[in-house]
Amino acid sequence: MGMIEGAAQIGGEVANRGFLLTSADKLVNWARTSSMWPMTFGLACCAVEMMQAGASRYDLDRFGIVFRASPRQSDVIIVAGTVTYKMAPALRKLYDQMAEPRWVISMGSCANGGGYYHYGYSTVRGCDRIIPVDIYVPGCPPTAEALLYGILQLHKKIHRTNTLYSGWGESV
Amino acid sequence: MTQDKLDRLEHEIGARLSGLTVERLADVLVVHVGLDNLVRTMTRLRDDIALDFKLFVDLAGVHYPDRKVPFELVYQLLSVHKNHRIRLKLPVDEGVLVPSVAGVWSCADWYEREAYDMFGILFSGHPDLRRILNDYDFHGYPLRKDFPVTGFVESRYDEKRGMLIKEPVRLEREDREPYRQSS
Repeated sequence: MGMIEGAAQIGGEVANRGFLLTSADKLVNWARTSSMWPMTFGLACCAVEMMQAGASRYDLDRFGIVFRASPRQSDVIIVAGTVTYKMAPALRKLYDQMAEPRWVISMGSCANGGGYYHYGYSTVRGCDRIIPVDIYVPGCPPTAEALLYGILQLHKKIHRTNTLYSGWGESV
Repeated sequence: MTQDKLDRLEHEIGARLSGLTVERLADVLVVHVGLDNLVRTMTRLRDDIALDFKLFVDLAGVHYPDRKVPFELVYQLLSVHKNHRIRLKLPVDEGVLVPSVAGVWSCADWYEREAYDMFGILFSGHPDLRRILNDYDFHGYPLRKDFPVTGFVESRYDEKRGMLIKEPVRLEREDREPYRQSS
């Protein structure tokens, strides 16, 4: 269903009956995906692409994404850049400070698997050694579009979760 | 630097600082200094009105594993007012304490920490000689020629213990080890 037809259908239902019906899970997932506040975790050049995604051209604001500088106010952490062993305890601590539910986007080759510095002495070979990752965005650095695509993939992933009802007796 | 400027600077240094070997490259003077009187020489270079090296540009360590004295410190100085530069070289043996020049130029503090971090060169009289780039409990000195590129330990988060742990480096794709000859 296209967005316009969907909006028209919703508008029609509201005009017809004065209320909408949905499942609690869908409502929860809609709320979660509509305001995913990312924790800024720019570590290298990927951070510049992340800023581009947040700036006026790609404008993450229209997805309800507002960058926060505090883990306490964040739903998702975008690990944008090279994670060093010196940074690893700080990354883990910030992740632990985020309130659940929380998600992780690993952005760029360095965060995905060490990238260019894979064989180096100071680089963590993938930030998934430190924190559990939901979405990997490949690229060196990924373009702003790629990051945006990753965020939309995370939206899809969240829409698939059933927090309240996972199907009685059905295999999930 | 122009040749007559180099001439003048060479003359000034010869007149003011005795007992130093001055080597002349195409566009810069290289002065070979020793551990004795290092701080005094440096203070003179900074304070003498004809030399006037007010700006400490860089301090680099070098490792020459084949030399008898394996390390070398290279100091780069600049006089903004006089518009001339100088390079000083100091051979350093393993474990020898080098007098810190952080008291002469305060910005030398971090450069000396870097030289300590990367080469294990020790400085005496330094206000805070910690590692600066690597983790504080890092093992080894990465810019030494005998340091393996992958280092010795790697850390990861242990779910069971709920903490970051350090383990010996284990590369999962041995065949992509960079310095191995392909067969």
